[in-house]
Amino acid sequence: MEYQTVRTTCTYCGTGCGVLLEVLDGEVVGTLPQKDHPINEGKLCIKGWSAHEFIYADGRLTKPLIRKDGKLVEASWEEAVGLVAKKLLELKEKHGPDSLGCFSSAKCTNEENYLLQKIFRAVIGTNNVDHCARL
Amino acid sequence: MTNSVPELEDADCILITGSNTTSSHPLIASRIMKAKEKGAKVIVIDPRRTHIASLADIHVKQNLGSDVAWINGLMHIILKEGWQNQSFIDERTEGFEEVKKAVEGYTPEKVEEITGIPKETLREIAEIYAKSGASSIVYCMGITQHITGTDNVKSLANLAMLTGQIGRPSTGVNPLRGQNNVQGSTDMAAIPNKYPGYQDVTNEEIRKKFEKAWGGPLSPNVGLTVVEMINAIEEGKLKGLYILGENPLVSDPDSTHVEKALEDVEFLVVQDIFLTETAKKADVVLPGASFAEKDGTYTGTDRRFQKIRKAIEPLGEAKPDWEILCMVGKAMGSKGFDFPSPKEVFDELAELTPIYHGADYDRIEKEVIHWPCKDKDDPGSPYLHKDGFARGKGLFTPIEFKPPAELPDEEYPFQLTTGRLPFHYHTGTMTRVSPSLTHEVNEAYIELHPEDAKALDVKSGGRVRVSSRRGSIEVRVLVTTGINKGVAFIPFHFAEAAANRLTNAAALDPIAKIPEYKVCAIKIEKIDGREA
Ligand code: SF4
Repeated sequence: MEYQTVRTTCTYCGTGCGVLLEVLDGEVVGTLPQKDHPINEGKLCIKGWSAHEFIYADGRLTKPLIRKDGKLVEASWEEAVGLVAKKLLELKEKHGPDSLGCFSSAKCTNEENYLLQKIFRAVIGTNNVDHCARL
Repeated sequence: MTNSVPELEDADCILITGSNTTSSHPLIASRIMKAKEKGAKVIVIDPRRTHIASLADIHVKQNLGSDVAWINGLMHIILKEGWQNQSFIDERTEGFEEVKKAVEGYTPEKVEEITGIPKETLREIAEIYAKSGASSIVYCMGITQHITGTDNVKSLANLAMLTGQIGRPSTGVNPLRGQNNVQGSTDMAAIPNKYPGYQDVTNEEIRKKFEKAWGGPLSPNVGLTVVEMINAIEEGKLKGLYILGENPLVSDPDSTHVEKALEDVEFLVVQDIFLTETAKKADVVLPGASFAEKDGTYTGTDRRFQKIRKAIEPLGEAKPDWEILCMVGKAMGSKGFDFPSPKEVFDELAELTPIYHGADYDRIEKEVIHWPCKDKDDPGSPYLHKDGFARGKGLFTPIEFKPPAELPDEEYPFQLTTGRLPFHYHTGTMTRVSPSLTHEVNEAYIELHPEDAKALDVKSGGRVRVSSRRGSIEVRVLVTTGINKGVAFIPFHFAEAAANRLTNAAALDPIAKIPEYKVCAIKIEKIDGREA
């Protein structure tokens, strides 16, 4: 058995408590609080203690999907990403950059938010970029 | 937040409004309780007797949407009694005279009439807040999700400046952000009018800087918000939409309207970890990775940088979201997406973002840094406005009270407000598949005052149909004295009885464009009086 803990940050709310993910043989089996974290000082709320539970939940997506004849079917990364790029460029060409937009994510990292807005601002050329903070 | 979370512990007074802190931010609530043990006075102004309200020294239930009135009322009393911090006002602010004039009419009697807060209690709150050594205001969505959301926030800032309760440790005006990285996604310009670091897209000099860095021409026009994009789909103007890790079908107000837009849009991409209600409408679904399967940073509600670290490989063929976005960028023919890891992405964004400029992965590993952090020698800023406000002087803004957009009438006699539960998180795509959380509560319900329940002839456990001008849902009843008569509360986590089918998306705050989630008019009809 190989057991390790990984220092990371709780993913549920903006408080940003420090957690340790317990990893047993490559599988996350538990969440513990970081004792020396300035925010939570060794404590977690019920959401924090169960922060790992959704990771293996049924319904996790494990393959790209593409709509074919009205149904979502499995596809390769190459096909899925290729289709996204092709359609976005096509719509830009046909209807202009402002015919496209994105909702970025308050759950994703800073880096990911930066990259998505960069795609829309720099590659497509629109400022139609928002997220659900107001919701 | 203007101040950091640990500072709350040393406040002498904490005024909480529109935040169900124990439910939404439990570990901030425990700081507040620590402060209370050390002698701080805790005041809660909230239409519901939330858990934190039941622990507070003072709790008052204001009428829904009456916040500007009680804040102006506090300022009225403070000025009348001479409790303001005149030297702070003179040295650090401008516009005081206009606000003084604006609050003149908000006498305790008038404020009691609008807000339902007894004038004696209002005076007591004013005295504690103004005269305590360090007073901190804490607020959440209860303040912002109104047509007057921007007004409410500006009013709180007026109150803090009037009393000099800002720019020092343990003071300030502190919004608690809902989702884990709302702060960071806003900092990173997931907003239509800014580049990363709150730099205006309409400012030519700044735009040139980004055009140079990103290697191409950029749009000088402010973009559309979430709600405006949904409307633009219906008008045939928006043809393609890319949704990253969001489930607007449950989180947007008026979700019937959103559902139609997501069906009508010509091309929809959804990148998420679950096949959400939104993803089911997509043309392409890209499987992202959970926080345990990738590296990166979040920015906490108090502007603190935090690392997340990969603990396991992504499940199946799923990929870290940053990697997927780089693939899309490259597939579109751009050269700006060649990043070996998130560290290099952070380096690029910190370079372009003055408030992040001094931060990097090595420093975040070793130190606690709050932005603004301007260079490598800058230790960061646990609290803001130490020596002055960002714009020089703090600007007072006179604000008049405006009633909510939709008031109860004969047909829809109740007022509905919405909120979250301690066990669930936003639309529940993560928490509702977590066994220990669904075990606690897994069904939507409506809170009703005992007198209203009696008039409707329902008891706790009974079922009712709740309707607004926009839709209708069925829920169970929970009778409680924790809410005022004539007011009802529904938590918004449950897709099968989504409170947002009822709420009023048409009413937007004119500046922040936040829909008025927190107040709308409803009617309630009995289905079963009592659980069978
Ligand atoms: S442990 Fe609780 S309070 Fe802390 S970040 Fe997670 S959800 Fe928020």
